[in-house]
Amino acid sequence: MRLFRHELRSQLRLYGRSRELAFFTFALPLIMFFLLGSVYGNDRIKAEGNVRAADYLLAGMLGYGAIATGFAGLSIMLVIRRESGILKRVRATPLPAWAYVVALLCTTLIAFALEAVCMSAIGRIFFHTHVHNLFSLALALLLGAAAFTTLGLALTVLIKSAEGSSAVVNAIYLPVSFLSGAFFSPHSFPAALKAIANALPLVYVIRLVRDIAVHNQQIWDRPGDVAVIAAWGLAGAIIAARRFRWEPQEG
Amino acid sequence: MTPVISVRGLTKSYGDFEALKGIDFELCAGEVFGLLGPNGAGKTTTIEILEGYRRRDAGEVEVLGADPATAGLDWRGRIGVVLQSSAMYENLTVAEQLAQFAGYYEHPRPVDEVIGLIGLEEKRDTRARRLSGGQRRRLDLGLALVGDPELIFLDEPTTGFDPGARRRAWETIRSLSGLGKTILLTTHYLDEVEQLADRVAVLREGRIVASGTVQELVGGALATEIRYRRNGEFVVLETDEPTRVLHELTTAAIERGEELDGLEVRRPSLEEVYLSLTQAEPE
Ligand SMILES: Nc1ncnc2c1ncn2[C@@H]1O[C@H](COP(=O)(O)OP(=O)(O)OP(=O)(O)O)[C@@H](O)[C@H]1O
Ligand SMILES: [Mg+2]
Repeated sequence: MRLFRHELRSQLRLYGRSRELAFFTFALPLIMFFLLGSVYGNDRIKAEGNVRAADYLLAGMLGYGAIATGFAGLSIMLVIRRESGILKRVRATPLPAWAYVVALLCTTLIAFALEAVCMSAIGRIFFHTHVHNLFSLALALLLGAAAFTTLGLALTVLIKSAEGSSAVVNAIYLPVSFLSGAFFSPHSFPAALKAIANALPLVYVIRLVRDIAVHNQQIWDRPGDVAVIAAWGLAGAIIAARRFRWEPQEG
Repeated sequence: MTPVISVRGLTKSYGDFEALKGIDFELCAGEVFGLLGPNGAGKTTTIEILEGYRRRDAGEVEVLGADPATAGLDWRGRIGVVLQSSAMYENLTVAEQLAQFAGYYEHPRPVDEVIGLIGLEEKRDTRARRLSGGQRRRLDLGLALVGDPELIFLDEPTTGFDPGARRRAWETIRSLSGLGKTILLTTHYLDEVEQLADRVAVLREGRIVASGTVQELVGGALATEIRYRRNGEFVVLETDEPTRVLHELTTAAIERGEELDGLEVRRPSLEEVYLSLTQAEPE
């Protein structure tokens, strides 16, 4: 436990120090939210029950923040650390593997929590957004972000090199965010695209967040979405537990 | 006394390629052991098997009384590792980096003491990404020492050091061995081995082709060389009986009333022995 606290403090400091990562996964979703909100935040979305676009967008962007921070940011950082040999070095110390991984996941979740707070603040200040059921909302975001972190761990298994990591990760999470309606309503998407989106976890996270924050429901009203998200997270955790590598490719 | 490391019949293949073809050696407590050999001889493979990173195919390996393939966290707390390629958190300063790793151990050395050992006092608060290559390597050594381990694996630890830093690293390694630490070291610098190692083993294509103290290696392997100049040309005699040959040579010269120009008796250097061991055609 002492080791875990030590590692969590270290990881938080490391996270704060890495500027590229902080920009890419932390600031970018905030900027995107601001830009998109400025474009259509004051509209009403008829297809989605005539809700205010800013409220609708905020929920989608919170989901986008979760996938950017939890999935994309974490996996890129881990691949870089693995390929540069830092993970290998850490393995030579008496730090238990679980302490390292859990500290890293907690760091990512803390970063996302901060991002979610910033995003809500931007929404409230600039676009007069209103969210319902804060407690349920926090639980839903935590669930979604946690699932994306274990999927991020699992993704590192597929990435071979540090150079390729951000290309691979971007090629996955940006289209997924788009398809899942993070940036605007997917209402008019062709059926094939909707079918693809429905096979992926982000749609469920965003829908859950919207149902809670915009449509005034509670997380326990949506057990189906919760189950799908948890299943994805569990799948990620199982793959990571089985296949996670600490050593660089050629080692 | 039980050895700190014992290796018997160790083999390892990568696919079809046999990297280690059955090697044996032992290290006693407090000993500095040097593993020599050309690129690709199998040094890193050996050391990483002993560190628990790589799986062996066959043979018995015991390190600090445990099998490295299955040893636990307590065992890792007793070893220190410098890998062949350095790796560290680029965004942490020297002191932060050492403090982070120190936190993993039960009884770490004080961070500032380690900084003194590796001579990075002036770079204490510099981030790793701004260190020079040799300074990074010194920090690597520091990270291996910060846990105050009893067994230290050093895979080419002084590559990239300037001559002063290398001498200081030698001092550090000597003082560690003075404290009873056991050290397994690979290097391509033969002077390093002569300075530090109590015993060496020379690896070649996955086999140990010679081992013993440096004196034994130098004494046993090659003939002594006697050279002098006659009519402006060098004459070189190689002999296993230098005393007799030299006596005959000088007696004859005195009888002729000649001076033997540029007379020299040379024992082969470790470098020559090493080259002959590693470059001769295998039998
Ligand atoms: N992961 C690997 N996969 C395949 N072959 C490998 C692997 N690691 C090492 N080898 C091969 O095994 C042989 C021994 O490699 P090793 O790294 O142990 O050599 P070394 O003695 O440390 O060399 P150097 O002095 O260059 O560091 C080499 O021929 C190398 O190509
Ligand atoms: Mg090597």
